[in-house]
Amino acid sequence: MWSSVGASTVAVLRRVGCEVEFDDRQTCCGQPAFNTGYRDEARLVAQRFIRIFEESKADAIVSPSGSCTAMVHHYPELFDGDAEWTERARAVAARTHELSSFLVRVLKTEDVGASWSGKLTWHDACHGLRDLNVKSEPRALILNVQGAEFVELENAEACCGFGGTFSIKYPEISVAILDQKIEAIERSGVQAVVSGDASCLMQIGGRLSRNGSSVRVMHLAELLASQTTDS
Amino acid sequence: MNHLSSETFDENAKAALADVQLRGALRNATLLFGKRRLEAARSLSNWEDLRTHARAIKDEVLLHLDRYLETFVANAEKRGTVVHWATDAAEANAIISKLTRDRGARTIVKSKSMTTEETHLNTALEAAGMQVVETDLGEYIIQLAHETPSHIIAPAIHKTKGQIAELFTSTLGMPPTDDIAKLTSTARATLRDRFAAADVGISGVNFGIAETGTIVIVENEGNIRLTTSLPRIHIAVMGIEKIIPRFADLDVFLKLLPRSGTGQSLTTYQSFITGTKRNADDEGPGELHIVIMDNGRSRMLAHPVTRQSLACIRCGACLNACPVYQQVGGHAYGSVYPGPIGAVITPQLLGLEKTAQLPYASSLCGACREVCPVKIDIPRLLLHLRGEIIAHKKNGSAAERLAFKMWARVMMSPALYNMGSMAGRLIQKVMPLSKAWTSGRDLRPIEQQSFRELWKTKLSHE
Repeated sequence: MWSSVGASTVAVLRRVGCEVEFDDRQTCCGQPAFNTGYRDEARLVAQRFIRIFEESKADAIVSPSGSCTAMVHHYPELFDGDAEWTERARAVAARTHELSSFLVRVLKTEDVGASWSGKLTWHDACHGLRDLNVKSEPRALILNVQGAEFVELENAEACCGFGGTFSIKYPEISVAILDQKIEAIERSGVQAVVSGDASCLMQIGGRLSRNGSSVRVMHLAELLASQTTDS
Repeated sequence: MNHLSSETFDENAKAALADVQLRGALRNATLLFGKRRLEAARSLSNWEDLRTHARAIKDEVLLHLDRYLETFVANAEKRGTVVHWATDAAEANAIISKLTRDRGARTIVKSKSMTTEETHLNTALEAAGMQVVETDLGEYIIQLAHETPSHIIAPAIHKTKGQIAELFTSTLGMPPTDDIAKLTSTARATLRDRFAAADVGISGVNFGIAETGTIVIVENEGNIRLTTSLPRIHIAVMGIEKIIPRFADLDVFLKLLPRSGTGQSLTTYQSFITGTKRNADDEGPGELHIVIMDNGRSRMLAHPVTRQSLACIRCGACLNACPVYQQVGGHAYGSVYPGPIGAVITPQLLGLEKTAQLPYASSLCGACREVCPVKIDIPRLLLHLRGEIIAHKKNGSAAERLAFKMWARVMMSPALYNMGSMAGRLIQKVMPLSKAWTSGRDLRPIEQQSFRELWKTKLSHE
């Protein structure tokens, strides 16, 4: 939805020497349907995703989202009892990586030559953190951003309250959870809060903006693409 | 905030969010429990191994539950225990009512038991003319207030000290005070008299050991020790899933349970009860009855995905860790078991009809799975139940169903997807996308050029 996140991801991957291709037939991973209980619809969309990416000769499928990546890793659960599709799902999942873990674990790169000046903090998006065990990787990348002063967020691992359709099924609870996150962000005294999922940033940014806060939200890919010390 | 229905979780939650005292009490208690749990878990270097080991024991038992139950019963009966089987809550209550009535019992003391909360035993016994007194301090407070527990191990977690002081003044006639020592000693004095007068003691069970027929119950207040030893008859109520194979298996569970529940390395009391007293002159009850209850559990056992729901040891850690529970508390769930594990167990115990909101009462953040001492994959179970709910049309409005059908069609076609994202940008310009979103949050405008347009016109040529 935010094209700058995609463009930044391409820029960072190219900067570290990757050849990047984009198949414009791709749409969604199917998570909104899967997480709401619409398994038939999710299965259709997942099969389409698998077919398209099976055609690609690329070594890795990289997504700037822990949540979408985690969904692809959940695909085998969708094909319970169907050995062929379970295997195809496994094979695609094995090639699918979240951006920070791809950079650090696969490419062994912690410094992507980024620079950004100011004080910032990191919000651990739940699916990246708990489904993919992404925790040290984004921090290692951020610490190498020239000019950026990193501070740990109090309860960085606490959920922001988004939760997909949860955020509109139970908006009051969602915002109550979010407000704990917002308080912690404001207390940290940063100019920007960075995360690895656009959905969390939409949630956090939406409340910061509503409150008239001066703190901005930034996707990790945007931070890593940045090469200016006077932003 | 009491006797609410799961059907109105959304309304219950809104009311809870408006209750400032409730939210203060919840925030303090859940954060404190969470902090203590983490410290206690970190104090053991092999915490992860313990979790894996505990789950392996539970999986083994659940796979051969019939066999382990038979062994447990045979060994318990050898030591003079009388075992009763109850298919459901009504049968369990009928068995216990008959046992107490046949023995001419008038007063009953009870120690905290979620299983008897599940059967609403107190109501059944009171209807049969018995006087029932809860002896766990939290349960006692709840009973005096005519409420239900809002947490698995801390039933009165939603109450502030001030509210409890007011309650004791109005029900026990004590002078107003906010001195916790005075409050507890008043409760203690009242309860001591009840113990002395009781004909029957009713308890729950934490673990039933198959190889010896022993029941194990853990606690901090000593009220379980009194409930199970002072009256002449002890009735223990146990779900079928409480069995562990060997005495030696307790090692791992007694390390995990108190640390996960309260952050203690050991509870103050551990009671091991194997049959009745051996000699007439010994102390202790002359009769021990164990009521083993199914009440929907064998349904969970039957399915390989849901089976793990029965591994739960009722520590309450997932409640404390859950961002939803932290905000709305236990009563909003309208069920005996609240929080993440409640949202998993309740629909399976009671059916999806009236409980279909509960599996959706989660952001799927996974904090529950992270703290669970027996590694229950609660998010996966919630997703499984959501799938069942949609497949059996128990939730999801007609509009939502249509929306997901349309969504799938759009996602199956890049042309429609392109049009959809263009339409999205247009719609966002002229009207707010969703009031549910925008009542509390702004919506960041979708960028005017989509990624695929950007890729086509610029990025792919670089």
